This record gives sequence, structure tokens and C-alpha cells, in this order.
Amino acid sequence: MRILAIESSGAQASAAILEDGKILAMEQGPFKVTHSETLMPLVSRTFLSAGIRKEEIDAIAVSGGPGSFTGLRIGSATAKALGMALKKPLIHVPTLHAMAYNFLGSGNIIVPIMDARRDQVYTGVFTFVIRPDQMIDFSVFKDSCAISITELMDYLNELTSLDGNPPLVVFLGDGVEKYENTIDELADFNYALAPDELNLQRADSVGIVGMVYYFEGLITDPDEEAPDYLRPSQAEREAAEKKK
Amino acid sequence: MKQVLNREKDIVILGIESSCDETAAAVSVNGTQILSNVIYSQIDLHTLYGGVVPEIASRMHIAKINQVIKKALADAQITLDDLDAVAVTYGPGLVGALLVGVSEAKAIAWAKDISLVGVNHIKGHVCANYIEHPQLKPPFLCLVASGGHTHLVKATDYTDYEIIGRTRDDAAGEAYDKIARAIGLGYPGGPKVEKAACSGDPEAFAFPRAKIDENPYDFSFSGVKSAVLNTINSCKMKGMEIDEKLQADVAASFQAAVIDSLRERVLMAIDEFGIRDFAMAGGVASNQALRGALKEACEQEGVNFYCPSPIFCTDNAAMIAVAGYYEYINGNLAGLDLNAVPGLRM
Repeated sequence: MRILAIESSGAQASAAILEDGKILAMEQGPFKVTHSETLMPLVSRTFLSAGIRKEEIDAIAVSGGPGSFTGLRIGSATAKALGMALKKPLIHVPTLHAMAYNFLGSGNIIVPIMDARRDQVYTGVFTFVIRPDQMIDFSVFKDSCAISITELMDYLNELTSLDGNPPLVVFLGDGVEKYENTIDELADFNYALAPDELNLQRADSVGIVGMVYYFEGLITDPDEEAPDYLRPSQAEREAAEKKK
Repeated sequence: MKQVLNREKDIVILGIESSCDETAAAVSVNGTQILSNVIYSQIDLHTLYGGVVPEIASRMHIAKINQVIKKALADAQITLDDLDAVAVTYGPGLVGALLVGVSEAKAIAWAKDISLVGVNHIKGHVCANYIEHPQLKPPFLCLVASGGHTHLVKATDYTDYEIIGRTRDDAAGEAYDKIARAIGLGYPGGPKVEKAACSGDPEAFAFPRAKIDENPYDFSFSGVKSAVLNTINSCKMKGMEIDEKLQADVAASFQAAVIDSLRERVLMAIDEFGIRDFAMAGGVASNQALRGALKEACEQEGVNFYCPSPIFCTDNAAMIAVAGYYEYINGNLAGLDLNAVPGLRM
């Protein structure tokens, strides 16, 4: 079972090939260079590094959003075309789930935040639960959404207050730097900020979530794949406001 | 009828176009024969907003692109395995929209180990003429006019062009859209102004025909646009209602001014460069009044007149597949790092 994973929702694009949970190869692009120039060469290099022919993958996992609209579409169009041309199914992986998987197996409350501008963040609240059979389950407190940082902090304050001994809350993502002070000001709980190497979107995490989804049968027809923007376009928003 | 391809000799190209609000794919053989031409137009969506909304356009491209490509292959009765190359518009256009087609094309080319060709959208419009007029050969003069472009060019070869004139401000089609909005006709402006103009008096208003001192071949449509807006405003000030008659007269007078400035430059270029063949291209080339006026002018000069059918004038991928063929046989191939260039020049 082999998966090609594609990540292009943030500042750095990457591609990875996984074989039964083992990361055979991962290639990362330079920071802040347009993904349209880097992504396909990254995919091509990943296959060379992994020593795999393109026909030898079983599915393509793509970081499905939220994130940069344009970045997401570059990944989406690439995955859709690869799926169509190689006749492989896609796996639509919510970007924030994949980011939480950077901390796979930790008992923390994991909170990825991406700067969504307009005073909002793309975020979600997740954790990993160790089952009696020692396997790890991914668990969702609050799924992907676009909300203000204060709304998120209110939610986290309430969530942690329900537990006498709440787990550590770990923040990660490109939104941390921007909202570091607000988090510190509003947090009534113990928290930590992710180290740099675990802070951003990575194709290997997308691949790991993709593998889980694949075995749960959560695959997508390449023709139907599209990013979750979590937000209408500005024109649609303005039109809706006018109607009010 | 099943297309019988000669796999040894025939060059089969898939064209992809997503530069604005049409998601399109087409298959060409040897640059002349079009096996399929699929266009998914988003125009109804954008009509709600009075013009193309880039983010909505990009989202629709993602939603439809695979289906459009599959339909183009099915209509042509071929598969991706029959292709020699994928040709894609990489500019000019809306960057987010272009990137969908470019990303898609790169992934197909890589997955199928076939060539990738980046096509300039405006060159694509010119090449639309080869589809129905195989007798047309460079050199010839071409007027490319659409919602985004107005260029007078000399096609010196199938892939090379000399720009003789270009618009200094609005594109011709853009001016149509703005006028249509001002006189209450709505979007898209081209067909609506043209229709209204049919029943109007082209001499009702004397709108200006701009001249550019530095380059007499350059166009400007902002002067005529302002004149129309002023006329409308002064009518409103006088308490006049913008009724159908007024709409028709303004539309007809505006169109006459646009046609005059285009015709004047075309005739000047025919004379100066000793042109024998003249072609039109781009969405505005669908305008029957303009086609008629330029055809008549060419006939009077003894110049051959060419113009694609409306389906090849609008944004389409058949023209991209044809332009891509000529780039391909000239060895102008793109790498996997091909990027969209929204302000790409000819």
C-alpha cells in the first residue's frame, strides 16, 4: 500500500511517498517560492528518491484546506490531474487534521492555527486517545473552522475547565507567531508552542492521515475533489451582507 | 465516426484554457483538425456580480476541469494515452484561474510522460483562424480584440508576432462592458450593446475617436467611454429617462466610434505594410457589425478577410491546442516549473 501525499496550503510545499506507514521519501520546497513552480518538480523528485514508479502508488492524498486559496488549488489541480491520468483515487485530508498529526500519539490537546486574515484564524481542536488495545485514535473536539482568536480562547478555557487536571494545550501553525501575545493574555490553562520543526504543514503528516482514511474507505473521485475554503469569496460575502 | 489516428505521424494535442471565466479543453490533430472543443462557461455565475469575480472563477475551474477534459477526450474518441503533448494557456489572464489549468496540465504531462507546451492566450486567439482557414498562412495582419486585450499584430510566422499597436487603457470588450453597465443593459456588455445598437442611430451622438500621437496604431477607449458616461449623466440631469430609444442611440453611436477607430488603424496598417491577408480574433470579433465593417473595408482594398466562427472567437481551448501544435513542432516546450504569468506579453 503506497500513498503519494501533496501539501501546498501554506508557505512551504512538500510531497511525500509512504509505504504502509513508512515514509519512503519526502521533498520540501523552498519557503515563499510560488508553489506552482515548485510542486510538480517536488512530486517528480519524490518518486526518484523513493525509487518508485508513478504507477506503483495506490492513492493520492491531498491537503484539502483550509489555507491559502491559490496554494490549495495548485495542490488540488495537481492531485486531480494525477488521479485522472494514473487512474488512482484521491484522499481528501483536512489540512488541520494533518497538522495535528505532527503530534501523533501525544496526549496533548492539539490546536493548529493558521492566520486567516480579517481577524480570524483557521483552527480546530484535536487530541489522540490511546485505546485499550494500545492503538491510537484521533479525536476531534472542534473541527476545522474560521473563527476569531478570542472565540477560540474562550472555547479552550471552557474545555480545559471541565477537567480537574487538563492535558497540556499545544499550539502550532503559522498563526502562532501573530497571536502569541493574545494567547498568553487569554489562556487560563497550561500551554506550549510547537517547536519550529513540528510547526508547519507537512506532506508526510498528510500521508499518514491519508493512510488512515484510505483504510476507512474515505476516498474521493478525482473529478469531485475540491478544496475546503471554509469561507465564501469576498464578492459572495459582500453580496450576502447587502441582502441583509 | 471513429477518428483513425496515424500514431506514427499524427501529432495529437490536448489544449487546456482557464485564463478567465471559461473552463475549456479541446483536442487537435496536426494543428488543423479539431476533434473536440468543450467549453464550460461560468458566465451566469458572474452575471450576478456584473463582471468576472476572480476567486469565484478559480473555484469553478477546480470544480469542472476534470469533467471538461474527460468530455474533450470522449468527444474526440481518444484517451490520454493517445496524446503527444498537453498545451495550456499560461498567460495573460487571472492568476488564480490560470494556475488551475497550468497545474492540471503539468500533472497530466508528467503522469503520461508527454510534452508540455505553454501557450500565450493572445497568440491562441490569432491561431483560431487556422482552424477553419487552412489556406491562411503567415505573414498576415491580425486584430485581436476581447474583454482583456486589443492588439493589432503582424503574424510573421506561426509562432512569432510583431506588435503594431495595442490599447493604452481599456480593451475594446472592456469598454463594451462598462458602457453596457452605464446605460443599464447589464453584463456581459458585448452582445447586449450590439443588440441595442441595431435599432439605434449611430450618428445620434458624436463620440470621440481617439488618436495617439506617439504611435498612431495604438488604441484608446477611455475617451469614448468618458464621453458616453458624460452624455448619460447630462441626460439624467435634464430629467430624461434612459429609455430604450436612448439606450439604442448611445449604443449605436458608441459602437460606431469603436468600429471607426479599429477600421482606421487596420486600413492604415494594410497600406503601410502591404498586407494581403487580414484576420480578426478574440471575443469582440464575434461582433457582427465590426466583422461586417472590416470585411467591407478589406474587400475595397482587395485584401483577403478572415474571421473565426464565434465558437472559436470566444475563449476556447481549440485555439490553444492549435497554437500549442506550432510551438510543439518548433521545439518550444515547457518544464514542470512552468508558472502562470498574468501579465504575459505577446
